[in-house]
Amino acid sequence: MEQEIKLLKGNEAVAEAAVRCGCDGYFGYPITPQSEILETLMELRPWETTGMVVLQAESEVAAINMIYGGASTGKRVLTSSSSPGISLMGEGLSYMAGAELPCVVVNVSRGGPGLGTIQPGQSDYFLATRAGGHGDFNMIVLAPNSVQEMYDFIFTAFDLAFRYRNPVMILSDGVIGQMMEKVTLSPALPRRTQQEIARDLRSWALTGKPAGERRNIVTSVQLDPHVQEGVNHRLQAKYKAMRENEVRCESFLCEDADYVIVAYGCSARISRKAVELAREAGLRVGLFRPITLFPFPYAELSALNARGFLSVELSAGQMVEDVRLSVGCRARVEHFGRMGGVIHSPNEVFEALTSKFTDK
Amino acid sequence: MLDVLMHFCPGCSHGTIHKLIAEVIDEMGMESNAIGITPVGCAVLAYNYIDIDWVQAAHGRACAVATAVKRLNPEKMVFTYQGDGDLAAIGAGETIHAANRGDNIVVIYVNNAVYGMTGGQMAPTTLLGMKTATTPQGRDAKLHGFPFKAGELISQLDGVCYFTRQSVHTPAAVRRAKKALRRAFDNSMEGKGLSFVEFVATCSSGWKLSPVEANRWMDENMMPFYPLSKE
Amino acid sequence: MAKVRGTLVIDKERCKGCGVCLGACPFKVIELNREVNGKGYNYLYAAHPDLCTGCAGCALVCPDSCITVYRERTEQ
Repeated sequence: MEQEIKLLKGNEAVAEAAVRCGCDGYFGYPITPQSEILETLMELRPWETTGMVVLQAESEVAAINMIYGGASTGKRVLTSSSSPGISLMGEGLSYMAGAELPCVVVNVSRGGPGLGTIQPGQSDYFLATRAGGHGDFNMIVLAPNSVQEMYDFIFTAFDLAFRYRNPVMILSDGVIGQMMEKVTLSPALPRRTQQEIARDLRSWALTGKPAGERRNIVTSVQLDPHVQEGVNHRLQAKYKAMRENEVRCESFLCEDADYVIVAYGCSARISRKAVELAREAGLRVGLFRPITLFPFPYAELSALNARGFLSVELSAGQMVEDVRLSVGCRARVEHFGRMGGVIHSPNEVFEALTSKFTDK
Repeated sequence: MLDVLMHFCPGCSHGTIHKLIAEVIDEMGMESNAIGITPVGCAVLAYNYIDIDWVQAAHGRACAVATAVKRLNPEKMVFTYQGDGDLAAIGAGETIHAANRGDNIVVIYVNNAVYGMTGGQMAPTTLLGMKTATTPQGRDAKLHGFPFKAGELISQLDGVCYFTRQSVHTPAAVRRAKKALRRAFDNSMEGKGLSFVEFVATCSSGWKLSPVEANRWMDENMMPFYPLSKE
Repeated sequence: MAKVRGTLVIDKERCKGCGVCLGACPFKVIELNREVNGKGYNYLYAAHPDLCTGCAGCALVCPDSCITVYRERTEQ
């Protein structure tokens, strides 16, 4: 079969993927730099083809709670936003983790704090991996570094969300969301029918209480602390299984590397060029790219024998803490990154590498 | 209705309203087709009493939750059950926009002019001069603003097909209220838009009155400000 | 002439003694007991069962569904 290839923005790829992966509903609110996701879906009008619902909500708060409602009925639901909007969704994400509901949330992040800038940022790493909201919970976080991955990860994210009955976040950034690349589109998958949902997901999903059977209740409230602690133990066991089974990462020229740059998303693309510059200069430098930020590839990173690790992020240094946890005191760990929407160039990364690791 | 003892305080209107909802769902034969959304507040545990599928929403967000449940499952009968703290304060935005979109849901709004579960604090609906845990000298408009008529506000919106204000403190009121609920649920299944059924209700614990005194107080003070619909 | 007579069955352990039913009874059939139930409430009882017409007003307003009303048609 001939491959279908399109030139798409990262944000447009999310919309195309949503329709083609059998998504049942998208609920979102405009915010730069991700508004093309909602705009593209409205252009595609999937309600006329697959029956997918697309709705512009009145706020990010409403959007995440629409996602909560849709997910409670066993539907594949998607929302997207950018950093300030994701902050607003924190309560809803916590509710979804507590009630064990699957959903996919795309964060096309920008520089902060506050209203910050509409230019790209990677300063939501802690928000995504540590504290998406209140209470002890985690979500799988996928970090695409190309438009193709923006597309592919929608499929992966829905699979993971339903496998673990948990929110999955795609942590992208304004660079990946706005840039255009060619994308190979996969064949469209059908939406699950109501019968399939009732057959496969009735153990938890609200499909209407079948006559004579027990009702389903989707909730995150347990007034008895011992029952609530039991819920927490069950959730933690799930997060442990994610850590054991869902780590994804990628290495480039790390085998012989004296120094390894650790970077995800747009910083990984920029750093790859910096690695090439370093190799041209005769330095043995590699690139390690975590693809899942939660679970973080601690073991894979720790297995590398480099003398120094440079965490490159568009932030004041967030992922660098996970790099330190991986490497411990065995090697030097440094951070480099621009902030506030400024993007580092490959040369800046290369210079940071040489200046930080020049043996004094 | 499940055969369990309800957690509500003696005389609480929630119990009677729950019973009416269960009766209407049963009479419509919709037990297997209804999905309810519970709020945060005293009614959070409504799912323990009415034997249908339920989802418990974050504080104030029930109408957003219901919007998606209904749009993704148009054949289902979807309703929210919310108090005045949940709907009229923190959830005012979600309620107004669901109403404005004309989502085919039923919003059941129980207005007792206080926050019940947290211990009788002022709600947007608290009457002027009314004493609550956070207005110990009585609600003063200069300090706290005015009582909020959510029903009248919502009824102005084009997406709303039915607004009614009911109570359940007398047998006649209960009979009228049940008819109103039936009409609202019928509307939602006929795709007419959002139906908003408000109940003026008592909170004897929050009001620091006996249940019988609370009913009298409601008649004398709440009804003039929140007048009941004729039918 | 046909007359309807009512019989009340009250679930005394379910009753919270709120008393909102008392005002709903046009014939003062029901009263709160001076004794308490297992939960410590002065529960409802039919003090004057002969006066009950089975109007079910008490059952309609009872928040806790404690009252069941049976109607019986008698000739007089």
